[in-house]
Parts: sequence; C-alpha cells; structure tokens
Amino acid sequence: MKTEEMKQVFARPQALNPVQTHFCPGCQHGVIHRLVAQAMDAFDIQGQTIGVASVGCSVFLYGYFGIDVIEAPHGRAPAVATGAKRVHPRRPVFTYQGDGDLAAIGTSEILHTANRGEPITVIFVNNTTYGMTGGQMAPTTLPSQKTSTSPYGRDESKDGYPIKMTEILAGLEGTAYAARVAVDTPQRVIQAGKAIKKAFQTQVEDNRFAFVEVLSTCPTNWGMNPLEANARVAEEMIPYFPLGVFKDVSA
Amino acid sequence: MTKRLFVKGNEAVAMGALEAGCRYYFGYPITPQSDIPEYISREMPALGGEFIQAESEIASINMLLGASACGARAMTSSSSPGISLKQEGISYMAGSECPGLIVNISRSGPGLGGIDASQADYFQATKGGGHGGYHIIVLAPASVQEMYDLTMHAFDLSDRYRVPAMILADAVIGQMKEALDPHPYKAPADLPPKDWALTGSGTREVNKVVKSLYLGVGELEQHNLKLHRKYAQMQEQEVRCEGYELEDAQLVVTAYGSTARIAHTAVRIARREGYKVGLLRPITLFPFPKQAYRDHTANGQKVLCVELNTGQMVDDVRLAVPQAEVDFYGRAPGAGSLPTPEEIFAQIRLHCEVH
Ligand SMILES: Cc1ncc(C[n+]2csc(CCOP(=O)(O)OP(=O)(O)O)c2C)c(N)n1
Ligand code: SF4
Repeated sequence: MKTEEMKQVFARPQALNPVQTHFCPGCQHGVIHRLVAQAMDAFDIQGQTIGVASVGCSVFLYGYFGIDVIEAPHGRAPAVATGAKRVHPRRPVFTYQGDGDLAAIGTSEILHTANRGEPITVIFVNNTTYGMTGGQMAPTTLPSQKTSTSPYGRDESKDGYPIKMTEILAGLEGTAYAARVAVDTPQRVIQAGKAIKKAFQTQVEDNRFAFVEVLSTCPTNWGMNPLEANARVAEEMIPYFPLGVFKDVSA
Repeated sequence: MTKRLFVKGNEAVAMGALEAGCRYYFGYPITPQSDIPEYISREMPALGGEFIQAESEIASINMLLGASACGARAMTSSSSPGISLKQEGISYMAGSECPGLIVNISRSGPGLGGIDASQADYFQATKGGGHGGYHIIVLAPASVQEMYDLTMHAFDLSDRYRVPAMILADAVIGQMKEALDPHPYKAPADLPPKDWALTGSGTREVNKVVKSLYLGVGELEQHNLKLHRKYAQMQEQEVRCEGYELEDAQLVVTAYGSTARIAHTAVRIARREGYKVGLLRPITLFPFPKQAYRDHTANGQKVLCVELNTGQMVDDVRLAVPQAEVDFYGRAPGAGSLPTPEEIFAQIRLHCEVH
C-alpha cells in the first residue's frame, strides 16, 4: 500500500502529552487518562479545561495532559474544583480521583459537590486499594480481599462493606449523570470512552454535575501480573460493582 | 467623604473585603464570626460574586485554594476549631503560593472551649499552624476601623507575596460596635499581575500548574528557601506596629488586638499617676516587629507583655530582645477572664515599684 493511501486509524489524543507514564505495568490509570484526553479532544476543549489532580498515583496529571492543573489535598479535589469553577464558570473543570481519595477521606466533599450540582466532571478510579501508599485496604476493597492492612481479608463485620459510590451519587438530585464502567476489554474501553465523553458533555452542554466510576487494576499491590489483574476486574469486581448508567437526566 | 457608620468589627471585615474586590467567599457557620458570612451572603449577589456556605471548614479552605489558584481575590472566615480544620489547606496554599484571606475571630479553647475572647491561637497563626514549616501573614486589628483597613491590606500583602494572610482577632474586636469610616479601596500600584494563575488555556507546550509536590532531588529544598526568602523580605518591608507614650517610657507594655485596647487604657491611667509607661502594639504579628522592641529597650527599658492566654507572643518578644527584662501578665481565656484596665494598671505599678 502506498503511503498516500494509508489512513490513520489510531493516534495519540491531542490533549495527551507524548510522554511515557510512570504507572506500573498493567495499571489502567494510563488507559483512563487516554479516554479523558479523547473526551477533551471530542469537544475541542483542551485549551479551556482545568484539571484538578488528587493525592494518589494520579497526582501527576499535569505531566500527562496539556491543560492547566491544580493539585488538591487528599480527598478535597471536588472542593478545589468548586472554587475553580466558580471563578471560571465557562471553563470545563474535572477532578480525577482514586478510591481512597474520593470514597474515604473525601466522601464529604464529593457528596456535597454533587448535591450542589456543581457543573464539573468527576473521574473516579476504583482499584479496590490505596495504590500510592502501598496497597492498604480501601473503602472499596472487596469482601475477603487481602491487603497490607487487611492481611486476613476484609471482614465486613468489622471493616464494613465495599462502598458503591456511583449508586450513592446517582441518588442525589444534583447529579445529572452517573455511570460505572471498566476498561478490561476493548469493548468496555469503548463503552468507558462513551461514558467519559458523556460526562464531559453533561458539563459542557448542560452545565451539570457528572460522575464516572472506572473499575481499574493495581497489579503491583494486588500481587498479580498484568493479565491476572485484568482478569480480576471481570471475575471479582464487576459482580460486586455492576457496570451501567445509573442516572442520566438527559435520557 | 464617605458617611461614617456605626458597625460591628465583623461587619467591617466583610465590608473591607468586598470593597477590596473580594468576590468569592467560602465558609461554614461558627460563633463569634457568623456576622461575616451573613453580611457577605446578603451583599454578594448584587456585586455578581459567589458566596458558598460549604459543608465544612475543610471544604471552604479548599474552595478558597481553587479560587485563588484561578487568580481570584477570595476569602474564608471561621473561628478557632474551624481554623484548626483548615490547617492542612492553609499549608497547601502556603506550599503552592496561593494568596487568599483567612479570618480567625478566635474563641477560647482547647477543644470546644467557649466563645469568649481569646488570644490563644497566636502560636497556631504565627508559627505556621499546619505542617511543613511555612508562615502566613498575620494581622491583628485592635479596632473596628482597623478590621476594615487591615482586611484590605491583608489582600494586598497576600497578593504581593503570594502568601496566605490571616486577620487574627476575637469577639472583643469582632462583636464590638464602633465608628467606621468606610473609605474607598485603592489598589497599590506595585501589585504584580497574577500571570501564574490558571485560566484554563493550557497547551502541551505551556500549561499552568498550581502545586506543592516537589519530588526531584533538591527541588523542594529550593522551593522552601524561596518561601523563606519571601518571609525575610516581609520582615524587612511589611512590619507594622503602633507606639503610645513610648518616648520617655521606662516600662514598655506590649499587647495586640483586644488586650492592647485594655492595656492602652491602663497605660493612660498609669501616665495620669505619673508612671513612665508606654505601649507598643504589634499590628503585624507575622512579620513580627522585632526592631521596634530593640529600639524601645535600647536604654535598659523593661517590657511587660500582656496577653489573653498563658504566654505566647511573649516568646517572640524575648527572642527579639534577649538582653531585656521581659515579664508576662496573662489570663487564661474563658468566660470572665478578660482583664480590666485596673488589673493591668496594678501590674504596671508592681513592675515600676518593685524593680
Ligand atoms: C491527609 C492525607 N492522608 C493520607 C495521605 C497518604 N496518601 C497518599 S495517596 C493515598 C491513597 C491513594 O489511594 P487512592 O486514592 O485509591 O489512589 P491510587 O493511588 O490507588 O490511584 C493516601 C492515603 C495523604 N497524602 N494525605
Ligand atoms: S501502584 Fe497500583 S494504581 Fe499505582 S501506578 Fe502502580 S498499579 Fe497503578
């Protein structure tokens, strides 16, 4: 095939910087970053968007996206994003938060930001553990799952139950869109991309709060190789954290 | 000329903030500062600004961080327990060089304590109340007029240095009504443009980042040294204090905020009785007016530090003038512990006669 006949079918999104990521092999933060960048490209908002990074393995957001970024304290990204959005109401603002960040220390901020209907987009990466700090038990850690602080497995009678943030937030009046997706198969990556795009659309076009939970891997702290970790998403996580759109006021 | 008003100190803070162009307020109710959010929630809509009653003090300080990172003049206000909750956020603001105003109309503690006047948050305010060895600008008004003036000044200082600023007062100054001349705000000509602030127009080549994480070898040390150079510069250029009857004073009474008001009366009584006493009142608690203490103790004068706590600012006075004799009189904060002018006068007499 001659060069001029070749058609580009896959490229790095414009909003994603041409750099290597620091994530561990098999970590899906990278895939999720790509989907967020694709959504920004889709609405051509790279040169407008403000990202709010959380404390966790995704703290280096500003290294991967060609956008302005604020680094928030642990759990507080939705509050920081609120301040930013009020100052720049026409700028798309998103937070990118882990499950320790959003579903433990930051539960108050995410709940109230959603409840205010703050027109921001929240990308919530659920890998059932605290990645950055070395694989401790998270609020999303599955029943019986062993972590460095639940060495005998999560005991629901003492540790409580894995928290389902998407279902909780879908129940709030202020939430316009809430979905849970995964990125463990090509088909699910496409679905996840659509959900993330929709979550940006909800903000950009309807000026409303949108939330996407992405089930993700942490092979390093799960003690698995990348393939095993990827398989665990469908085998263990999806049965407990069902995928789907839990709220879409535009539907 | 503007019309003179008769208002509370807390209202003067709110008025000063709005006059200085603050259009973003984030807060959570707590006595004795709630007049500030109440006033601002009433006035802000007409000014086209944003008022958010946040879910907590933690959320408020982080909203302030977000607004400040986007270049806005913004503020929060609270009282001691709420200020404790804000400390992590203040540390992040200091680390990521976000300006902004934090008002602490402090109350007695520790714990839930009480709502009475207190100066027991001096250490927390001036020594960097959160983690990491930073400082914020701390201003201590002693009148309703100063609540107005210093609120405006706090915004200017904060913007000039990209260091968060605090108004530190208590119920005596916050709840008291006095005359206020609400003169118009004039921005200092030397305020630098906020070209570091996020506008949401980042590209691959240039994106603005407001952050406090520095992991590269030597990076954080350099960043910390930069912050500390700013503190040193403020020490050179931004110190404010007020003297009263200091020229021939042999005893220098020193106090700030509410106790300075009481000490002022005590010094007046003492002068009437023939004692050679003056008052040195720090207005900036950080930077601390070290030189003023040196100047006024150069000829062997003694210092009597009066505080509504068990001794905090006195440490800074002693560090400023290690050669001088520095005594302390204080009352532990709590209902009924506000000293009277006569009580402080008795201390003055004691020091003048015994020594
Ligand atoms: C106030 C505070 N508490 C604790 C920490 C330590 N810490 C850093 S990252 C993190 C959790 C990260 O886990 P998660 O949010 O799930 O993100 P991941 O790293 O898995 O992507 C914690 C507890 C901190 N930085 N600040
Ligand atoms: S520790 Fe886990 S979450 Fe963090 S980069 Fe590695 S695999 Fe990803």
